[in-house]
Amino acid sequence: MTAPIIAVQGLRKSYGDVTVLDGLDLEVARGEVLALLGPNGAGKTTTVRILSTLLRPDAGTVTVAGYDVVRSPGRVRAAISLTGQFAAVDELLTGEENLRLMARLSHLGRTEARTRPAALLELFDLTDAARRPVKTYSGGMRRRLDLAASLLSRPQVLVLDEPTTGLDPRSRNDLWAVIGDAVRAGTTVLLTTQYLEEADQLADRVAVIDHGRVIASGTAASLKSQVGAAHVELTTATGIERIETDGSVGDVHRILGDVERRGLLVDSWAVRTPTLDDVFLTLTGQPAEPGQPATTEARELQEIR
Amino acid sequence: MTTLDLTPRVDQSPTGNLGDTLALVGRCLRRSTRQLDTLLLAVMLPVMLLLMFVYVFGGAIQSGMDYVDFVVPGILLLTAGYGASTTAVDVASDITAGIMDRFRSMPIRATGVMTGHVAASMARNAVSTALVIGIALLIGFDAQASALDWLAAIGLIALYVAALTWIAVAIGVVASGPEAASGFSFAILFLPYVSSAFVPVDSMPSVLSSIAAWNPVTPVADTVRGLLLGTPVGSSAAQAIAWCVGLLLVGWVAASVLFRRQR
Ligand SMILES: Nc1ncnc2c1ncn2[C@@H]1O[C@H](COP(=O)(O)OP(=O)(O)OP(=O)(O)O)[C@@H](O)[C@H]1O
Ligand SMILES: [Mg+2]
Repeated sequence: MTAPIIAVQGLRKSYGDVTVLDGLDLEVARGEVLALLGPNGAGKTTTVRILSTLLRPDAGTVTVAGYDVVRSPGRVRAAISLTGQFAAVDELLTGEENLRLMARLSHLGRTEARTRPAALLELFDLTDAARRPVKTYSGGMRRRLDLAASLLSRPQVLVLDEPTTGLDPRSRNDLWAVIGDAVRAGTTVLLTTQYLEEADQLADRVAVIDHGRVIASGTAASLKSQVGAAHVELTTATGIERIETDGSVGDVHRILGDVERRGLLVDSWAVRTPTLDDVFLTLTGQPAEPGQPATTEARELQEIR
Repeated sequence: MTTLDLTPRVDQSPTGNLGDTLALVGRCLRRSTRQLDTLLLAVMLPVMLLLMFVYVFGGAIQSGMDYVDFVVPGILLLTAGYGASTTAVDVASDITAGIMDRFRSMPIRATGVMTGHVAASMARNAVSTALVIGIALLIGFDAQASALDWLAAIGLIALYVAALTWIAVAIGVVASGPEAASGFSFAILFLPYVSSAFVPVDSMPSVLSSIAAWNPVTPVADTVRGLLLGTPVGSSAAQAIAWCVGLLLVGWVAASVLFRRQR
């Protein structure tokens, strides 16, 4: 087994009395996509900023591409590319000028420094706006420019803090496709997200963090199976009923046969497996996407157990 | 669809180079040309003050010479000081806009970003100083200076701008935001008033005159005045250079350390 490209051990960070990271452990293999999932204030951004050499850890060790973030920050910076939680582009320059600047600062060769900005503007659907100052861009356009800037340098590790916040569904799909391409080319991706769908779609592995610790990690599927079994969901005039199932054709057939024999009036039915939402609620005791109440599905699932 | 190469580069240099700094100088020069309102203010403000001092207060101030001749060197320093200090706002905006974090996470020279701001400040000041000199000559500023004197005066003003700009950069890095940083430019605007820039120090009440005697603007103003009007320069030249070099070093070291500081 090769050494992990990101290794975090016992990471601690506090601001005054507030402990933000409380012994966080994390490993990411080369070429892997890891999603950090956690509610607001869980410490996702703090972790990302320490990995990107912007913050100094209080305790613990963090290495990226084999280099310690505190002792060899230059080496770490040469290996990574960061897209922070908020767009980091120059408002007074045009989109094209922003990318040209970043290309020069990334020490790309002459040819690449010339061709990549245009190719990335094209890829992120910004060619038409390329010569306009960024201050005239919409929020989503800024975000796309920001992401384009991060892909300029062909980093070994792409660090993305909530990359799709503020993107419309099409741009989000486009971005997922580009990230997929980068991963196939060998890039390692560490991303934070509050969108469970995103973690599900993009990530090989999900690490759920809460109060500065990893409270669960594994593939999305393994996390879901920790939470509970699949069930058949029946929507009737009086409400929703759930019946546990192992998900096999025979078992579902048996359940539906039972339903028919009892003469229940069913409006619709479906086989449901637990969502990451359920995982989240079960593990952290709060809904994943803050500000929204827990989905009825998740709440009922808790009641059943 | 696209043939964009996304293969990770494993050979990226962990250190910056001169090219980074040049690219960042280019960035700040571009930004300056897109903030014409700021540039205009940096020129209009001193010109208006010049006209006001000469035509409104001038008659009442005993300077021992034509007041326009006395005041122009002071106005030049005020122009320079104000133009330099707005750099604090630029640096603070870079931080709040998040772009500073992007720069700090890249393998570039720590001082490159700030050198970019300083170079742009020098360029902006060259423009505004030239305009103020032009207007001063139009309203009767009667310089008694050789080309070499002019060169020395301009050199000293440039050093003064560089020193104040580096201090401004350090202030911009520690300021909580652009608003706080703009307080600094306001303070710098007042620095010349308690110096020999606009009135002779010995005409001030004793408390103020001892402050003025210690104000770094005083030796700089006296030296520029001496060079341009042929009045004695004396020890003020050495003091002026010492002050400027000292402030420049303090600003440069503070800015460099603060920039890479990880909290
Ligand atoms: N500079 C700071 N000073 C004091 N507290 C801070 C500072 N930065 C972050 N915190 C605190 O650290 C905690 C974790 O913040 P962090 O930004 O890492 O959370 P997050 O998981 O990224 O949240 P979100 O989903 O809202 O982005 C929060 O409680 C926050 O208030
Ligand atoms: Mg965050």
